Amino acid sequence: MLVLLFILIPLLAGLGLFFTNGSGMAKTISLLASLIVLAVVWYAMYLPATDELVQYSRVWLGSLGSNFDLKLDGVGKITTLLTAVSFPLVFLATWRNDYKDANQYYALMLLTQAGLMGVFLATDAMLFYFFWELALIPTYFLCSKWGGEKRIQVSFKFFIYTFLGSLLMLIGIIYVYLKTPDQSFAWNSFIKANLTLTEQAWFFWFFFIAFAVKMPIFPLHTWQPDLYQQAPTGTTMILSGVMVKMGLFAVIRWLLPIFPDMSAQMATPIIIVCLVGMVYASLIAMKQDDIKRLIAYSSIAHIGLMCAALFVNNASGYDGAVIQLFNHGVNIIGLWIVVEVIERQTGISKMSELGGLAQQAPVMAVLLLITALANIALPLTNAFVGEFLMFNGLFNYNPWLALLAGTGIIFAAVYTLGMIQKVFFGAKNELIKVTDVKFVEMAALAIIIVFIVWVGLYPAPFFKLGAGELAEIVTAKLPG
Amino acid sequence: MTQYAWLIPALPLAGFLINGLLCGRLSKMMSGIIGSGTVLAAFVLSCMVFSQMNGQTQVVTLFDFIKAGNIHIPFSIQFDPLSSLFLLIITGVGFLIHVYSTSYMNEESDFHFARYFSYLNLFIFSMLLLVMGGNYVIMFIGWEGVGLCSYLLIGYWFKNPEYNKAANKAFIMNRIGDLGVLLAVFWMLQKFGTVTFAGDAGVLAQAAKLAVNDPALIGITLLLFIGATGKSAQIPLFTWLPDAMAGPTPVSALIHAATMVTAGIYMIARSNIMYTLAETTSGVIAVIGLATAIVAASIALKQNDIKKVLAYSTVSQLGFMFLALGVGSYVGAVFHVMTHAFFKALLFLGAGSVIHGTHHEQDMRAYGGLRKMMPVTHITMLVGCLAIAGIPGFSGFFSKDEILMGAYAYNPIFYYLGLGAALMTAFYMFRLYAMTFMGSYRGDSHHHPQESPTAIMVPLIVLAILTLVGGFIGIPELFVQNGHKLAAFLAPVFAESNAIAHPHTISHSTEWMLMGVSTILIIGMIFFAIKKFGGYSRNNAEETGLGKVLVNKWYVDELYDTIIVKPVMWIGNVFASTIEKSGIDKGVNGVGKSVQYLSRQFRLIQSGNIGNYIMMMVVAIVGFIWIVYYLKV
Repeated sequence: MLVLLFILIPLLAGLGLFFTNGSGMAKTISLLASLIVLAVVWYAMYLPATDELVQYSRVWLGSLGSNFDLKLDGVGKITTLLTAVSFPLVFLATWRNDYKDANQYYALMLLTQAGLMGVFLATDAMLFYFFWELALIPTYFLCSKWGGEKRIQVSFKFFIYTFLGSLLMLIGIIYVYLKTPDQSFAWNSFIKANLTLTEQAWFFWFFFIAFAVKMPIFPLHTWQPDLYQQAPTGTTMILSGVMVKMGLFAVIRWLLPIFPDMSAQMATPIIIVCLVGMVYASLIAMKQDDIKRLIAYSSIAHIGLMCAALFVNNASGYDGAVIQLFNHGVNIIGLWIVVEVIERQTGISKMSELGGLAQQAPVMAVLLLITALANIALPLTNAFVGEFLMFNGLFNYNPWLALLAGTGIIFAAVYTLGMIQKVFFGAKNELIKVTDVKFVEMAALAIIIVFIVWVGLYPAPFFKLGAGELAEIVTAKLPG
Repeated sequence: MTQYAWLIPALPLAGFLINGLLCGRLSKMMSGIIGSGTVLAAFVLSCMVFSQMNGQTQVVTLFDFIKAGNIHIPFSIQFDPLSSLFLLIITGVGFLIHVYSTSYMNEESDFHFARYFSYLNLFIFSMLLLVMGGNYVIMFIGWEGVGLCSYLLIGYWFKNPEYNKAANKAFIMNRIGDLGVLLAVFWMLQKFGTVTFAGDAGVLAQAAKLAVNDPALIGITLLLFIGATGKSAQIPLFTWLPDAMAGPTPVSALIHAATMVTAGIYMIARSNIMYTLAETTSGVIAVIGLATAIVAASIALKQNDIKKVLAYSTVSQLGFMFLALGVGSYVGAVFHVMTHAFFKALLFLGAGSVIHGTHHEQDMRAYGGLRKMMPVTHITMLVGCLAIAGIPGFSGFFSKDEILMGAYAYNPIFYYLGLGAALMTAFYMFRLYAMTFMGSYRGDSHHHPQESPTAIMVPLIVLAILTLVGGFIGIPELFVQNGHKLAAFLAPVFAESNAIAHPHTISHSTEWMLMGVSTILIIGMIFFAIKKFGGYSRNNAEETGLGKVLVNKWYVDELYDTIIVKPVMWIGNVFASTIEKSGIDKGVNGVGKSVQYLSRQFRLIQSGNIGNYIMMMVVAIVGFIWIVYYLKV
């Protein structure tokens, strides 16, 4: 029952906002709603997966065999916690922004949260598809109404990509449904579907491409840098921090359990594509002048590694990827917050036009530095724990692939330090006036840094969250 | 005692947090006291640990760091003779550098002064964690930590883009090496199922059971060594260290003497059993170490920046240490780490004093005659120069002699080449000495060089004393029976290696002869350098031939730029502009356009003609049947 609140609170708050006026009201309501969600989710983290409070089941489309089934379990705990943590951070960090028709903006943000929660909780394929779309549709509007100059064109591209992906997934879901033993959309039935090897071979790719577009995996990624650059930064934070996790989460929840054989057989080509994409994106990130595009390509590189780690067929890679779902989310939001503070004041996101900001905003420089170090997985930051396990998993799969991916971490140091240098260090740029971070942004970044250090030093509680029934099913067949 | 040992790294960490979080709210005095005081307290604790060291390895597990699947990595710290010796060097020399810094950095504002000390404390913390870590992963935390701190301190004066470049270069080159360490860690996890050093189930005990030149062992040791070349500035990853001179001078002393660059030596000494068994790797290390010693010394011959001379001398001395490791003289390597920590800290702090006294002049061509104006700096620097040159009685003599003897026993050619590097060392150090302190002052006559304040003098004097007496804990057997106290102290760490290795012994007569010849040659070299540069006067003649190559540091930076940096950037460019923009993105946009085009065409199909519709329906049904049939097969 409790899990229903994860969805209902943002949904109702969001719908309610459509009937209000005024920017301050909308901000307050959405921050409060997101904090209540956080409190509820935090409480639920302590409950075992068997607890009645974290399950919910009602007949939905009964004639089709689809139920409104929700369940909080393992990986879902990591991703719902990420969702619950992210929204208050985003609302705090953008507190000083004023959006046109603010109530609509915040309403759509909250609807996105409701959709995301649904995606991470649904254990019914039809319901999952429903929430998948529910999470995406508000973002189209957010980007196309509040975005930058090229927002229409970019949103259209995003739409085409994800629409094709969703279409493939829908076909896949219907086909697998027809093959379930009891004609049901329930997750338990889906993993028992009788699929021949040929069918598996086809529909594995249907699902994988749908999820890969969302992550995104090279070469399906070109919507992302454009979108991150054009979308309002608050939306970008959610897109990059939480929404890309939908794809990875779906691989764990649906793809690996439904197609275990194919996942093992197709592992090598998928891992190679992911890692080539990782190096490719890292090299491109080094050549970017726009911070937003740099972060976008950096994210593509990191996600590529995470996706590869899910297919390495050992527990180390899997555990690393699961904990990294959370780490990548909070870290990238931290980077965007700094970008947002700079861009709000100067209107500039090109590094060549910035420089020397450390003299005007020393606190911001320090906070960005810490977040950036987490982005390059320095030990004692959260990302090190995840990347260490993922690389270890990769090494066990194939040492040469670990070496290939390892070049990515060197390039990551090159572009991340380059970014800090170009934005914050060097001579003071007299043309730019920047004041340091204020309380709200500092609070948001401080919370992120708490998570960075916490997971970096003592990750045990997060590993415990990630373990669970789902993890057991996925990793049951894995060696080591 | 050991239950409080976690305080040793925790104290500097606390200093870092206090100075870092209260940035600028404290007076300089308070920042300095907190920064130095925490390191002093850590030094006192280290002394207690050291005095109670009885050769046993003690492990204290604080909590589980990573426990996932079958990987279990505890956050544990470990004490044994090797780590307790390093603790003393790090906190002791580190403390002197802190004290020195309180005076040297006094021109900075409160904010930056506190920032400087917080970085310095973080550096000490990382290095302590590195040598205290009970397994390779905790060691790696410190390992990357010192890389981060060097980045922060080299780029301390962040307004200068050149300094930032040097900082980035240091971090990135270290990262390349770090990748090697990471891969080695994964390999060890795979091979041994653990990364813990000590105990019967630990990596070292398991490795001891493997055969000589076991392939996995060679792979692991080579990968670790790649890491060591990054951190300890060996060929091919050495070019960051001379650029690291961009940081404040006390930082150079810290990086070059007490911390960071000795990390690679520590790691290999810690893993000594693996290297003893992996004879191939040891051979590689000896060759690389020797080559680095020679190449770096040759570059130092022609540098005019006092800090650059010392930087290349560090690279060269580290080469000696790796030579020692490669030939199996582990005690010699650790001994040289210690004596080098004394005399190199002394030399750098002395150079800092000279720079301070001459108003930020680093070019030796503008020095001269400083012995009268800066008497204390002069005497202490002279002690340092004599020690690094290897004059008997000074600490450098004992450790260098031990390394060269080890090299001779391994292969006489290594000895002769090593002696060549040692002769170059004597030459460039006394070139430095002569250009700085002899002759008459060549700098701007408006500036009168002055002796530095007490906080700078005291560390110099203490280090000079250590440089004078430090060598006597390792007196060769040749002079005094059981005179090598250090070897006895470290014996438990290297016991297994010593049991396996077949020690080549040199006869006493040979040893006397080699020692005598090398000492005579070194003294000759010193006089030659003093004669050549004692009356140095400025000339701006361009170097030609080999001299030009040496001035330009063998063009290694240019080489790397041409064969690595530029190609990578070129590929990045191709990816960014050609493949990404014109390839993939154009393809996608093309799909978008064709969708729009098709939708216009499809609109035309809806003609309202029933016959057409039925026709299309049949085609579609046949298509579906074909798909279903095909999938069923």
